[in-house]
Amino acid sequence: MAVLQRSAHGRRAMTNEERNYLLLQRLRSVIKHAVLIVFGIAFMLPFVWMISSSVKPNIDIFEIPVRLIPKSLRLENYIDATNAIPFWQYLWNSTYYTIFATIGAVLSNTFIAYGFARVRWRGRNVLFIIVIATMMLPFQVRMIPLYILFARIGWLNSFLPLIVPNFFGNAFYIFLMRQFMMTLPQELDDAARIDGASEWGIFWRIAVPLSKPAILTVAIFEIIHTWHDFIGPLVYLRHPTKYTLSIGLRLYFTQYGAEWGLLMAAAAMFTIPMVIFFFLAQRSFIEGITLTGLKG
Amino acid sequence: MFNLKRDPASQPNSWRTDNLPAWGLFFITPWIIGFIAFTVYPFFASLYYSFTNFNIINLSPRWVGLDNYVELFTADPLFWISISNSIRYAALLLVFATIFDIFIAYLLSQDVKFLSIYRTIFFFPVLVPVVAASLTWIWILNPRFGLMNGLLELIGIKGPNWLASPNTAMYSLIFIGVWGSGRQVIVYLSGFNDIPRQLYEAADIDGASGLQKFWRITLPLLSPQIFFNVVTLIIFSLQSFSEVYIMTGGGPANSTLLYAVNLYNRAFRDYAMGYSSALAWIMFLLILGLTLIIFKFLSGKVIYER
Repeated sequence: MAVLQRSAHGRRAMTNEERNYLLLQRLRSVIKHAVLIVFGIAFMLPFVWMISSSVKPNIDIFEIPVRLIPKSLRLENYIDATNAIPFWQYLWNSTYYTIFATIGAVLSNTFIAYGFARVRWRGRNVLFIIVIATMMLPFQVRMIPLYILFARIGWLNSFLPLIVPNFFGNAFYIFLMRQFMMTLPQELDDAARIDGASEWGIFWRIAVPLSKPAILTVAIFEIIHTWHDFIGPLVYLRHPTKYTLSIGLRLYFTQYGAEWGLLMAAAAMFTIPMVIFFFLAQRSFIEGITLTGLKG
Repeated sequence: MFNLKRDPASQPNSWRTDNLPAWGLFFITPWIIGFIAFTVYPFFASLYYSFTNFNIINLSPRWVGLDNYVELFTADPLFWISISNSIRYAALLLVFATIFDIFIAYLLSQDVKFLSIYRTIFFFPVLVPVVAASLTWIWILNPRFGLMNGLLELIGIKGPNWLASPNTAMYSLIFIGVWGSGRQVIVYLSGFNDIPRQLYEAADIDGASGLQKFWRITLPLLSPQIFFNVVTLIIFSLQSFSEVYIMTGGGPANSTLLYAVNLYNRAFRDYAMGYSSALAWIMFLLILGLTLIIFKFLSGKVIYER
């Protein structure tokens, strides 16, 4: 640093040592960017290949050597893909599942986290440790009894087993929101209480508006999670009219494996809503990931 | 992640009279109901089913004692294959993803131009739905017409069969796992950005080498992020199911039969609900044991105070 500042004055010619130092800095910067560019391109290639294959006519799909930029476009793949499978039905099912699961997650976890973060009561910390402990329990342990339970009460082949549990809190989201709500100043609650606000009023008028970033984070995580969810629908939804895009797309692949143009078009239509969603909520996305668990 | 902050609100408070649990319980009621219905009940039901033979037609369990566990340890080669596959998968993914993600996050923390673009790129795979990503990878790794071998051919290498060969399938999955680990890059990057610049400047004045700075400053101060990422990665990768189930279904020749895939097959392909409950319990104990070991050995080395 010191060397750089002196040479910036430009009063005298640089010594050899200074010149080498600058050269080394520049070289490091070039290497750094080169490495990032190479890896960056490598990381995007699968997506580029997906899009590229999705617009290729069938003869070009099986061309050797491979061609990343298609030589002819066949956008009809996208229309054909929506006809080859009941695409709109699956899309609607995925959307339906995502909307209600997210509503459930946002409502329940905001509510529950408030009880753990802002209300003082005996036994609170013990129960919170239990909340944390439940995160260790693998889904596979709960999967079989829950399947049998939902089979008994006739909920199989409906979205109820996927959506209803969301209205009863999720350990990870409770943890995330509690950590956030703990950082809100206690004085706000106290002032409101002196003004005669009820516990419910404090929750609704103070905690909820101030917790917007955390609420948004939970909503984002839950939207991604349900949109991607594969094992949940795989276990509970056995009827084709109830399939989500995850299940429908995989089924189509197992039946017509070689239709890569259509498959990639369908995969792209499945992915693009998430990409648009990411760019709309990018800032909250990154903040949310940084927020998870590292404060505290 | 798990060191709970002692907040002022948890201290006994003399001027407050509404310390009664009423309001607190009111707010956490949904969790209590969900906890009993969707955690406590399945937890014990699963334990009970693991000692039964479950008839899927009339949904009734029949007590068989320890039979399932005995069969699992003595007469089921798939149990041992899947357990060793899962440990191998988790261990290799942990090593490669951690090294790669720290490396990328380090580069990104060094005043890079277009940071937000790179960050988006490395995070991007997380956005692609698991089924869409898996299908795309099957197509990329197609031995004859896929992009991967096509590119290798350009530089004169004849690529392997990737997912279709027992020798390379597992490594393909780990490679794809690293591709999908962008969440960790973001966490490490935030860790790097939290390290005070002055520490490096002070080390420079003392004439520390780059390597010394890495071992003595960067690594210790990054330890909370490393700890968090290592714990979550191990827990999640031991439960890995969807990608593997879609891409290989556990094959070829059981080379990628992960524990969760085997469990799913036994439960929902063979409808051996009692037996797979026993499998689930072994998995639970395995993950619990591993997590406790990590906590015991690593958490003492994590430096939280800056």
